[in-house]
Amino acid sequence: MTAPPPKTRISAAQAFDRRDSAWWLDRVAMMLVFTGGISTILFIGAIFLFIATQGLDFAATRLAWSEFFGSIAWRPNGHPPQYGAVALIAGTASITGIAMFVVVPFSLGAAIYIGEFARGRRREWLKILIELLAAIPSVVWGVIGLHVIGPAMTQIFGVPSGLNLLNAGLILGLMAAPIMTTIAEDSLKAVPDAYREAAEALGANKWQVVWRVVLPHARPGLSAAVLLGVGRAFGETIAVLMASGHAINLPTSLFDPVRTLTATIAAELGETAKGDDHYQALFVLGVLLFGITFAINLTADSIVRGIRRKKA
Amino acid sequence: MASAKPQTATANPEAGPRWAIESKGLNLWYGTFQALRDVDLQIKHGIVTSLIGPSGCGKSTFLRSCNRINERLGYVSTTGTIQVLGQDIYGPDISPIQVRRQVGMVFQRPNPLPLSIRENVLFGQHIHRDDRIPRAEADQLVERALREVLLWDRVKDRLGRKATSLSLEEQQKLCIARLLPMRPEILLMDEPCSALDPEATRAVEELIWELRGKYSILIVTHNMAQARRASDECVFMLLGRVIEHARTEDMFVTPKKPETADYIEGRFG
Repeated sequence: MTAPPPKTRISAAQAFDRRDSAWWLDRVAMMLVFTGGISTILFIGAIFLFIATQGLDFAATRLAWSEFFGSIAWRPNGHPPQYGAVALIAGTASITGIAMFVVVPFSLGAAIYIGEFARGRRREWLKILIELLAAIPSVVWGVIGLHVIGPAMTQIFGVPSGLNLLNAGLILGLMAAPIMTTIAEDSLKAVPDAYREAAEALGANKWQVVWRVVLPHARPGLSAAVLLGVGRAFGETIAVLMASGHAINLPTSLFDPVRTLTATIAAELGETAKGDDHYQALFVLGVLLFGITFAINLTADSIVRGIRRKKA
Repeated sequence: MASAKPQTATANPEAGPRWAIESKGLNLWYGTFQALRDVDLQIKHGIVTSLIGPSGCGKSTFLRSCNRINERLGYVSTTGTIQVLGQDIYGPDISPIQVRRQVGMVFQRPNPLPLSIRENVLFGQHIHRDDRIPRAEADQLVERALREVLLWDRVKDRLGRKATSLSLEEQQKLCIARLLPMRPEILLMDEPCSALDPEATRAVEELIWELRGKYSILIVTHNMAQARRASDECVFMLLGRVIEHARTEDMFVTPKKPETADYIEGRFG
């Protein structure tokens, strides 16, 4: 603990001082990158806070939760206004369910084909096409639902309206296909090739390799792919608004029109006065939606993380 | 055919085909690169034959042609023939799957499947038999195969554990064990000890020596000492050609070709 003479200490400090332009540049770059990284968290937090506070007053004092989670009647302009969200939740859930029923087999099939069977050019083309599918704006999907699938459905099934649960489910399924296929294919690609080689050397044919070795090993990644697809479907708005019929209804058949949480917010928010009960109720729906999609994505993400950790 | 295990060639020459593996005028290209040139080889039954030579000499390529696992790459073309147990394995009505049941392969890095130890041993049975194997028969197959590779006593209490949790030595032994229920005639080994430490290497070499006689074993090795102590015959390859094929002690004591002598004495490699 005997301090050296101050004179030598200062000169030593000067000798080790490396605060040149590269040092400063490094500092600035680090700050910029840090800001970028931290900003996503800030944005998410800010958005959630905004949504939550907009509806807070209403949710805390005037909203009857038993009605919100117990009634199908969503009549914000009625006398008295009613805020039952059950039909909306059911609408979102049923459309998502139909979409998954349609898209999961297709997406996983496509991923297996691209990842395990297709070779060379064909594989590259398929990957590009699927990514292109993701680039189609959702309003275009809405138009397809409105003017192609809708009329086709009335013709084929003879139902009064082609805008219904099945229509929206089909559209949503097609929209969720790219992300599901891409992530599923990634998780197939992550299966070490040594496993395939080992199985083939034991005389397994291509399908046996896929079924007995690749798919079991890729299962967590495939479930993450499905969950991310669900998240995508849950949050989709405009295409669903256009194709679903937008009627408050507990669906009992595939051809019933339904209404979703997202479409309700999109359609009604413009008509409300900022801060009134209707406005705030829509924000409560928003919080509900945010919570559900957040939970789905978090689950998917933790599955993917779990895979990475196991591999490391 | 699978039931009659061949003795050594000299002991019983007229039983079955003359050679375990015989290649004639074998040429092989990866795209435009020629990896094998006019390879004529006769591998005898029931002994250990090692393939030696510097990196890129074609020894692994030859090995991987013998069960057609090379074809996974998609850009491989061959001319000439390889007969395994008298059958032309590149013949028009032969499928690689049939070949691979007769010809087991062990890889450089132990590659047990991400299944249980038991499932690894039974994998071949599950994919080649349509009917489910009775439990008792399956148990027997597992025990016999694991005993044969000297692994039974070490793993018998944890057959349900993931095979990837074993040590590398145990994994490699398991990779040999899982070939045995299919009753292969020939075992191909592609540098089976190169990922193992000296102790494990010794154990696996001992195992290979133990299996000698029951199977015809063709082993690729980088390790001259290993070829010398663990093989009956030795094939030296260079730039895609077979330079010399002789009994191991002859090759290491009195090599006939100058290239062989140079390689064995470490003048290149």
